[in-house]
Amino acid sequence: MQDKFFRTICFLCALMVPILLAGILICLIFNSAEAWRSFGWRFLISSEWNPAANQYGALPAILGTILTTGIAIVIAVPLSFITAFFITDLPFRYRGPLSCALDLLAAIPSVIYGMWGLFVLIPLMQKYVQPFLVHTMGLGRLPFVNENYNGFGHFTAGLVLALMILPYLSAIMRDVFQATPPLLKESAVGIGCTRWETARDIVLKYGIHGLIGGVFIGLGRALGETMAVLFIIGNVVRIPSGIFDSGTTIAATLANNFAEADGMMKSVLFALGLVLLGLSLCIQIIAHVYMNQTRKKRGELL
Amino acid sequence: MLEFRKICLGMIFSGLLGLAGCSPSSDSTGTQIQINGAGATFPSPVYANWTYNYSESSNHKIQVNYQGVGSGAGINQLKEKTIDFAGSDAPLSGEEQEKAGLVQFPMLAGGIVVIFNLPGIKDAELKLSRKSLEGIWFGRIRKWNDPLLQKENPDLALPDLDITVVHRSDSSGTSFLFTAYLAKISPEWKEKIGVGKTVHWPTGIGGVKNPGVCNNVARIPGAIGYTEYTYAKEMKLCSASLQNRSNQYVVPDEDSFRNALEKIDWKASAGFSLDPVDAEGGKSWPILGITYILYRKDLKDPVRSELFPYFLWCFDAGKSSAVNMHYLPIPEAVADQIRTSVFKMEGPVQKTESVKNGEKE
Repeated sequence: MQDKFFRTICFLCALMVPILLAGILICLIFNSAEAWRSFGWRFLISSEWNPAANQYGALPAILGTILTTGIAIVIAVPLSFITAFFITDLPFRYRGPLSCALDLLAAIPSVIYGMWGLFVLIPLMQKYVQPFLVHTMGLGRLPFVNENYNGFGHFTAGLVLALMILPYLSAIMRDVFQATPPLLKESAVGIGCTRWETARDIVLKYGIHGLIGGVFIGLGRALGETMAVLFIIGNVVRIPSGIFDSGTTIAATLANNFAEADGMMKSVLFALGLVLLGLSLCIQIIAHVYMNQTRKKRGELL
Repeated sequence: MLEFRKICLGMIFSGLLGLAGCSPSSDSTGTQIQINGAGATFPSPVYANWTYNYSESSNHKIQVNYQGVGSGAGINQLKEKTIDFAGSDAPLSGEEQEKAGLVQFPMLAGGIVVIFNLPGIKDAELKLSRKSLEGIWFGRIRKWNDPLLQKENPDLALPDLDITVVHRSDSSGTSFLFTAYLAKISPEWKEKIGVGKTVHWPTGIGGVKNPGVCNNVARIPGAIGYTEYTYAKEMKLCSASLQNRSNQYVVPDEDSFRNALEKIDWKASAGFSLDPVDAEGGKSWPILGITYILYRKDLKDPVRSELFPYFLWCFDAGKSSAVNMHYLPIPEAVADQIRTSVFKMEGPVQKTESVKNGEKE
């Protein structure tokens, strides 16, 4: 009796997830129908955004989203790997406080990151980091780096996003690394591996699953992050000409326009929401495919 | 994916909460009557002051609430009957009011100023002609030491600094007024960009709401933007002198705003759908904003009978706090007009026809 009751509860709770997802999907499709009807597939590749003429294209927002997320991942993944590896190898009395600090970092609301970005990071970028990168390092000559900068833009937004997802990534990687059987690690050390070789060939290979999973959770968070990006990205609807250029992301566009939107604009915003959902879905699929391949390579799928 | 789901959940829940919060406000709990308003953020500081003082003075029998959610959002909520009155910076035309069954009247006025961040140059020292303003907002004038700017400001040492234009990223009545002004001074702007609460800006970066624009201008050396005078004052930002219709340079202050306000033709259009931008007169500030109140024609008692006394109180007792906060009360003659034609009150001005407004017929 009790068991049956418990099972029903569990089943109902689990059922909520697909129902919610389907509901949101239907709601998005239904509300964005007008936009798809009038713009069609061109909506995805058009860069025009002119509310006065009722012309909309999603490309700048899509590119902005991908660019900021990409920058965030490139910065956050190696950093969090090192952080996690360091923490797992620490003696217990240091590991506790550090782990705790990491978890706390994950609990900071995103709007705080946004404020910090606006008031602290942007002036720093504007006065020191960007002049150093562009002029001193001469990176301004690269095609994807702007010579004009003002602190706002994709790079700064990506940096803040990287800091935001870093604790998630580190926490997951830490747990994965801790799950590596000590026997394996000790064997590696026993046959003369250095610490780096142990990390690369044993821990990383053993925990690749969790690692990738962590990266994709971080990706998901970076893709949909709104408040922090809103403060920093510059909020201009145009195709970014470089990583220091101002732009927008899908989430920022939604947040900027939702309150006052009606008619076609509202439909366009729902369409953008659908695109964001689609992007997330693509990433999930890629993750699964990748994980299956690595599993095959390691002979787990026999 | 996870995150997205979270956002959607958030949206659904906040929607539910919103619905719950907006339940018919007209039912009075006990003896207290609630009047709910929402809309434009520009007047919301003074509205907050008014609603508080009014509730106090009525011994909490009448509770007026106002939420600064944005002009368009306010009007949308009013149409959906979730609030009793809306504040808006962009006027609805007589026809639009008619169609939606709304009544509109002006409440306050204020100036929109061009703020800049140039080291060493003080408030109102920088002069911008109509031509250079157009050039800057089209992104054609890119440096502060541009020959045109230097010619207009022979006494200033303009730096070799990039101009960063800052505009509003969200939909806003302030943008509507500013683009209306640009469209007046530049036929090209009118044709290519147009007038609206959000437009396709040719250059620059966006800031979220008035404080966002001010913040971005304050943070970027060489930045230029537009905002309400109150915000510029509060954040101690420098604002530029602008060239008005009579080709005179005017300093942005309460006097030049008042001069412009007096030049407005209040009877020109039905339902107070006014055009306060680029007023005539040699001492008039060119970009004036008027903020309006809208309410539904079919508003029911007891809110209806309490709404008018509140607005009358705003016109009279509320004046001083508005002035203290750098807003301009509308001229006395116009207030009389509203008393008689909108509120149907016995007033010093003859209350017969003369003024057309949405409520007539």
